[in-house]
Amino acid sequence: MSSSILRTAARVLMPLLVLFAVFLLVRGHNDPGGGFVAGLVIAVAFVLLMFADGVEAARRSLPVSPWHLLGSGLLVALTAGLMPVFVGRPFLTALWAHLGPERWDVLVGTPLLFDIGVCFVVVGVVLTMTFSLVED
Amino acid sequence: MTTLILATLALAPLAAWLGGRSAKVATLLALWPLGLTVWFASALRILLQGGVVTDHVAWIPSLGLNLSFRLDGLSAVFALMITGIGTLIVVYGAHYLDGHPERGRFQASLFAFMAAMLGVVLTDNLFTLFVFWELTGFTSFLLIGFDHEKESSRRAATQALIVTGAGGLALLAAAVLISQVTGTLTIPELLSDRGLLTNHASYLPIVVLVLLAAFTKSAQFPFHFWLPGAMAAPTPVSAYLHSATMVKAGVYLVARLTPVLGGTLLWELPLVIIGGLTMLGGAYRAVQETDLKRVLAYSTVSALGTLFLLLGLGSEAAFTAAIVYLVAHACYKGALFQVAGVVDHATGTRDIRRLAGLRALLPQTSLAGLLAAASMVGLPLTIGFVAKELVYEAGLKYALSPFALVPAVVVGSALLGVCGLLAGFGPFFTPGAPPEGSHRASAGLWFGPLTLAVLGLLFGSAPGLTSGVFSLAASAVAGRSVEAHLALWHGLGLPLGLSALTLLLVALLYRARKLVRARAWPRSLGFERGFTGFLRIMDFISGRIGPPLQESSLASYALTFVLSAGTLVGVGYYLTAERVSLDGLLDVRAYELAISGLIILGAIGAVRARTTMTAVLCLGTSGYGVALTFLLFGAPDLAMTQFAAETLTAVIFVFVFWQFPRVDQASARLVKLRDAIIACGCGVLVTLLALDSATLPTTRRLSDFYAEAAPSLAHGRNIVNVILVDFRAFDTLGEITVLVTAAVGVVALLRIAAAERQGG
Repeated sequence: MSSSILRTAARVLMPLLVLFAVFLLVRGHNDPGGGFVAGLVIAVAFVLLMFADGVEAARRSLPVSPWHLLGSGLLVALTAGLMPVFVGRPFLTALWAHLGPERWDVLVGTPLLFDIGVCFVVVGVVLTMTFSLVED
Repeated sequence: MTTLILATLALAPLAAWLGGRSAKVATLLALWPLGLTVWFASALRILLQGGVVTDHVAWIPSLGLNLSFRLDGLSAVFALMITGIGTLIVVYGAHYLDGHPERGRFQASLFAFMAAMLGVVLTDNLFTLFVFWELTGFTSFLLIGFDHEKESSRRAATQALIVTGAGGLALLAAAVLISQVTGTLTIPELLSDRGLLTNHASYLPIVVLVLLAAFTKSAQFPFHFWLPGAMAAPTPVSAYLHSATMVKAGVYLVARLTPVLGGTLLWELPLVIIGGLTMLGGAYRAVQETDLKRVLAYSTVSALGTLFLLLGLGSEAAFTAAIVYLVAHACYKGALFQVAGVVDHATGTRDIRRLAGLRALLPQTSLAGLLAAASMVGLPLTIGFVAKELVYEAGLKYALSPFALVPAVVVGSALLGVCGLLAGFGPFFTPGAPPEGSHRASAGLWFGPLTLAVLGLLFGSAPGLTSGVFSLAASAVAGRSVEAHLALWHGLGLPLGLSALTLLLVALLYRARKLVRARAWPRSLGFERGFTGFLRIMDFISGRIGPPLQESSLASYALTFVLSAGTLVGVGYYLTAERVSLDGLLDVRAYELAISGLIILGAIGAVRARTTMTAVLCLGTSGYGVALTFLLFGAPDLAMTQFAAETLTAVIFVFVFWQFPRVDQASARLVKLRDAIIACGCGVLVTLLALDSATLPTTRRLSDFYAEAAPSLAHGRNIVNVILVDFRAFDTLGEITVLVTAAVGVVALLRIAAAERQGG
């Protein structure tokens, strides 16, 4: 099944895809993108790697197990939701803060954290299912 | 108070950790409930000066759900019982379960229960009360089923959960009705306009539902059977949940709502009748039993009946009597249950026919048993005596029919007194040898029961100590100021005569206890069997309707889902739709037509495909076409997601499911025809809906709103993403939870399949 063209392509594409996914995730609030797509793109990158080098290699190149991504993604999203509760606002209210010096002012908010959680869950779900199905 | 309750809940993991260590370390856990007891006791000072302690935290204000707590006399009496007895039970449980591998789980559940129970008695909002009410049932389920490897424990736990859970639903329904009538759920606001409820047409259903909730929770006839069953729990649990606290939640509910709903015959008569029946029936069953814990369980059922009876009498004297009786019962019954546990622990048996002569072996425990039994019998100087005098006084003042009531109460009290002797006197002072292999009990075991029994004596000998608090509690039940007159000596009168008569009856019946056991008829009315039968019928019915609905075939699920959703939406559409206008929609470009053609061709190809592979690829083509459409009509986000999802699906299908059987012979011709009709119908419906929604003014308004609100309210220009992570983030949270659940399900199924392959 695995050809050297596929293997080489997968190895070159993988980091690019992951980088692209991070780009999509961060810009998602203002431009096309977001946690869901980012998660799918990361998942595609690893599925590609799986086809090229096998499940074991794909699992190894993922720093955490997809199983843990599932739980931590939910936890991150939940944390984003709970943060406003601690300052007396309702669950899942967005909180925003200006970070950095005035010239490079960055607006950071809990929705981004929530989006990261979504992204983790999506990667976790796709890879958990795919890896276990293929291993089966 | 919010902090205290939540902290108790949050301490449960710590309790699991410390509770799993040695008995000495686990005893330290008692410091927390002890601190709570001190806190509530010191808050009494504020109450006695005429104040109330309140605490308000907005939880989900948009739903009217607030965590608001209010400490008044009635709540304080309950809170002190919960935390005070809780302290003793934590110590007792640490020693009782010493060496048990899962004692950490026990302490954790106990803490969770304590938090839930405090929530029930402190909240001033009916919905919050319902939430905590269900939590107590839930933790009780965990504690009854503590020995979850025993089938009998699991059955008892499920039975209690079903009975009290059904009652909880009744409480929810009652809360909904009350809020519909009055527009509020806070108890102080309900108190201010009580006439509104009692004169409303919904009064009858509200009363029925509230009483149903109270009677199931507090094990009243005919729901009493779950409580003796709950004796499957370890004895500390029986002493705490199933005698002193949780089963009194029903009594609390009725007492709390008496000033709101009470004062009418409709409210009082069922309380008197059911309470009276349970009082007599429970006591009658109790003296027949030979298992110590079952004797005490039925006597608890009976005592709870007495409490409802008193609340139903509706006079100030009766309310005072109810409060004093409540505390008296908690003291002596909590002590006697723990005594029974010590005896069981030391001798290995709970059969009262085999227990005798334990006084020398368990001196401190026998003292606790003796004092508690004295209180339960109603000997002077005990709080049991004070309570009994008040009960008789209230009974004699009952306007409707004291002549029927008083004899019943006397007989019930006498039978209960016999139970007290059976549990607290018999095992220690009956001449005879202790069962073989009996051993002594450690201080941690007798400390709890002895403290409770001595408290009973203290409250009884110095009634001035507690009369202020009892007056406050009785005032909360009556809804007006009540002065409780507690005294050691009420003077010569009918109540004293009745007390003496009761003592005489107790002595006679106890002497003839073997005869009573042997001759009692009928033994049981078989409600438990009735309940089991009812469950069996339910099982049978669901066994009949389940399989046709759950065919475990994906195709049939999809069919059911599409058909029912299509029908519902179709009917709704037919009833409300206006004529679809195609104005402005027919301006179509050539490439749009081409993409539509691609989508249609893909769909046709998928339907006509012979192999799974072809079908998947055709569907993928169709999906790509849809994604292209998204792209053309200004939804790059959707397009991107759709492209990624389509690619992933196709790839996974190709690599994972390539060995699937051919699809063209998967179903018969007629089945295919049926599916085709349904699919086409749904397709037409969705097309009409899409055309309709494109021309609907709401759509315009919605997208305008989001275009405006997204940058200003949510600091984002990408509307789709802002909706996903901010405006409707709660939906997204739900969706990702579903995703995770699905992934866990897939992995679980695969592992089960792998295990089966290996096993067989």
